[in-house]
Amino acid sequence: MDVPPTLEIIMSGLLLLGLFFLLTGTFGLLRLKDVYSRMHATSKSSTFGVAGVLLAAVFDSRVLDLHSGLKEGLLLGFLFLTVPISAHMIARAAYRTGVSMWLGGVVDELEEWEDEQREEEGQTDAASPPTTDVP
Amino acid sequence: MVERICLVVLGGITLSILLSAYRVLRGPTVPDRIIALDNISINLVAAIIVISIRARSAMYIDVALVLAVLSFLGTVAAARYLLAGTPIDGRPTDS
Repeated sequence: MDVPPTLEIIMSGLLLLGLFFLLTGTFGLLRLKDVYSRMHATSKSSTFGVAGVLLAAVFDSRVLDLHSGLKEGLLLGFLFLTVPISAHMIARAAYRTGVSMWLGGVVDELEEWEDEQREEEGQTDAASPPTTDVP
Repeated sequence: MVERICLVVLGGITLSILLSAYRVLRGPTVPDRIIALDNISINLVAAIIVISIRARSAMYIDVALVLAVLSFLGTVAAARYLLAGTPIDGRPTDS
């Protein structure tokens, strides 16, 4: 019923790595300048933090023969799928509702692209109203 | 050894949740608060998994799975509410 010491070291390392990534994400959430960079910090590093903790749980359950560890894999796949989606939705909502970016050293490529689209539409059909793709 | 490390990690996750709560309270815009709440729920998922390692039980994984699903739904609903004025398809409420 005991975990061998080598595996204990691996599990402790994975747990501490997960904690490091979670704290990094929260530090970025506190210290960065605008919404978009905060979202950029938390979504990626929080996913990696949960991944480290989940890998430790999988090792633990496999060695102690508690359960198969498939649910951890399911949760990991679910998080890797959904966290980027929710971050994308928040960023789109923030951009569409007009939350401004940090003023230092920012390239707003989406605005340039939309300007180009608007110019092309203006050349082809001047009377068309501006399209809104907000659902 | 792993039990002691689990306690340390739980303490660190608690600290991370408290720091995110500061961003929820202070965050200048609404998307800031949504991001911070999403971060809090992901940290809670990690904390529940650490608790399941400590307790040597497989039941907590189901709790973490349900919490992850609910946090994803809540975040998407909040973002859609911010974008379209209604959380699910329907007429906007703020007209």
